[in-house]
Amino acid sequence: MSEQSLSEKIPVSEKIPVTVLTGYLGAGKTTLLNRILSEPHGKRYAVIVNEFGEIGIDNDLVVGADEEVFEMNNGCICCTVRGDLVRILDGLMRRKGKFDAIIVETTGLADPAPVAQTFFIDENVGRKTRLDAVVTVADARWLNERLKDAPEAKNQIAFADVILINKTDLVSPDELSDVEARIRGINPYAKVHKTQRAKVPLDAVLGRNAFDLDRILDLEPDFLGSDDHDHHHHDHDHHDHGHDHAHAHGGLKHYHDEEMQSIAMHTDKPLDPDKFFPWVQDLVQKEGPNILRCKGILAFKDDDQRFVFQGVHMILDGDHQRPWKAGEKRVSRIVFIGRNLPGKMITEGFESCIAQ
Amino acid sequence: MAASGSDTVSVVERTRPIAAGGVIVAAHFLGRIAAFVLGEEAIVLVPPDGEPRRVAAHDGAILDTAADDGRVITAGDDGKIVATDADGASSVLASDPKQRWIDHVALGPDGAVAWSAGKIAYVQTKESNSPSNKQSAKELRAFEAPSTVGGLAFFPKGFRLAIAHYNGATLWFPNASGAAPEKLEWKGSHLGAKVSPDGRFLVTTMQEPMLHGWRLVDRQHMRMSGYAARVMSTSWSAGGQWLATAGASQLVLWPFQSKDGPMGKTPRLLTPSEHRVDVVACHPRTDVAAAGYNNGLVLLARIEDGAEILAKKPGDAPVTALAWSGDGRLLAWGTESGEAGIVDLG
Repeated sequence: MSEQSLSEKIPVSEKIPVTVLTGYLGAGKTTLLNRILSEPHGKRYAVIVNEFGEIGIDNDLVVGADEEVFEMNNGCICCTVRGDLVRILDGLMRRKGKFDAIIVETTGLADPAPVAQTFFIDENVGRKTRLDAVVTVADARWLNERLKDAPEAKNQIAFADVILINKTDLVSPDELSDVEARIRGINPYAKVHKTQRAKVPLDAVLGRNAFDLDRILDLEPDFLGSDDHDHHHHDHDHHDHGHDHAHAHGGLKHYHDEEMQSIAMHTDKPLDPDKFFPWVQDLVQKEGPNILRCKGILAFKDDDQRFVFQGVHMILDGDHQRPWKAGEKRVSRIVFIGRNLPGKMITEGFESCIAQ
Repeated sequence: MAASGSDTVSVVERTRPIAAGGVIVAAHFLGRIAAFVLGEEAIVLVPPDGEPRRVAAHDGAILDTAADDGRVITAGDDGKIVATDADGASSVLASDPKQRWIDHVALGPDGAVAWSAGKIAYVQTKESNSPSNKQSAKELRAFEAPSTVGGLAFFPKGFRLAIAHYNGATLWFPNASGAAPEKLEWKGSHLGAKVSPDGRFLVTTMQEPMLHGWRLVDRQHMRMSGYAARVMSTSWSAGGQWLATAGASQLVLWPFQSKDGPMGKTPRLLTPSEHRVDVVACHPRTDVAAAGYNNGLVLLARIEDGAEILAKKPGDAPVTALAWSGDGRLLAWGTESGEAGIVDLG
């Protein structure tokens, strides 16, 4: 967690935003991509697609990628990058000025983590471009099946900042709310939109700043889908889980996925940085392969600045964000999304970081 | 930082400023004509007494470049490999049939050109001078690497190409169709390749901030680490005694004088700074290295004792290109913002 890295010297606003589109085979990624490209937004996009993709993309600047995932030579098996992205983004940035943003469409079986980690690990990539958000398209009709038989589909849901539940016209309202509850059981923090033919306002998927530390404003679960008129607040932490089960809260089912969970913790007592940093670094060293994403807003003892951090697997990135405002409640919030996380150990560890 | 002291010798006043009109990604000399390669489309040729001249080469980004004394070879995202000579005459050496990006290009000592698109490395043998058999004299050979090619380098002697890729490098004799390419293994992604001038060592730059080397006679490994960032530029000193490298907040020079190369030795560290060296270029005749920093500074350092000369003051953009003329009297530099200069050292 270095507070000053080279990549921060270029203002975020001058970096080219990169949006990653994921989603299982047939969910509607290419439909969303073509919708983004064809809207009258006046923006120019460079598009990176899988070179074996079948459906045509109507855009001037399309680059075929081969999704070569490389392990980094740092003894960390979950520390992988997309080697082809390092090469392609370097090439694209030579044409800076010819496009406003970059969209990466991954294959249906792709894991979003190596894509995200590429931006954290490669300084050259991180200096000129920034990851804007991971957008996952899910098939309303088939997602529940895929969550059972395809670990990639579950990864894509767990990793997402924005999720489109697409093809809602092919399911009943009950089935739709069941799919949404399944998604919420895995990732309560993503913004969820229900769509047909991937029809969604562009600002719902682009310009999200989901990986911008300065934009980490709150870490409340997003049960309020923007196009959902049936709002329910679920205000309990997700760290105690057993088998796959559902229970009703005012009509909307609530699932706990037996494998993938989120653990959210908060405290209004100030944290001790000398306890917190060793703890979180040790945690991601040990549980990194299982932790997909983490985020936090922290209030440290004797520190008038908000500290924010985020992470992907073992990679953490954090910095002081801004002074706490007068009257602002100094609450530390931290969220982990991952697979088979030791909830009790993590909760107790976090509590032990409270300053005495 | 030593260079900021008022007692540092400066050659800044001997600079001819050039406005290149675009991001500069590399510089070369064709005799005494400086060639600044832009990130897109063109090369800017600057004769010693003439005006800069923009020569179109590609319809898109220029992804890699190599040069000898007579021509600049460029590889583009338009799928073309283009040769441009000192008179500004351009010719397309080859076009990828699928218009794939040409990621890398290398020039052999005998004028052969190699390039790569994705996993495939190609070598085109030198064009015959006889017009009657021109077509038949140009031969194209291909080799498919196990993963995307990260870098290419010809050996100084013999028609042999080093191909860096994921988990190692391959040494390929394009003319020996029967011989199996030699594989050198080392875990990780190898992104650049350099063969020592005596042909005894292969050094690759890696995705991690480190270099890897092989002593080819016995495949002994050499790990060269300690960098702050991915090493994007390396340069052999005159005679190959040292390998100058970028990627740290000082010029890092690995010793290659002995038969063991840098094994068990520490590098020589010169021109310390709070900024990072992004590009290096060794003088072609004496043991002097030029270092371009990410704050726009260019320093010349004598390898023997670390004596420094200021060649360019810090500016608003990182230095992205450095090149010496063959006689070592001219130094060209270029930056990410398109600022360039030719320093006449007399």
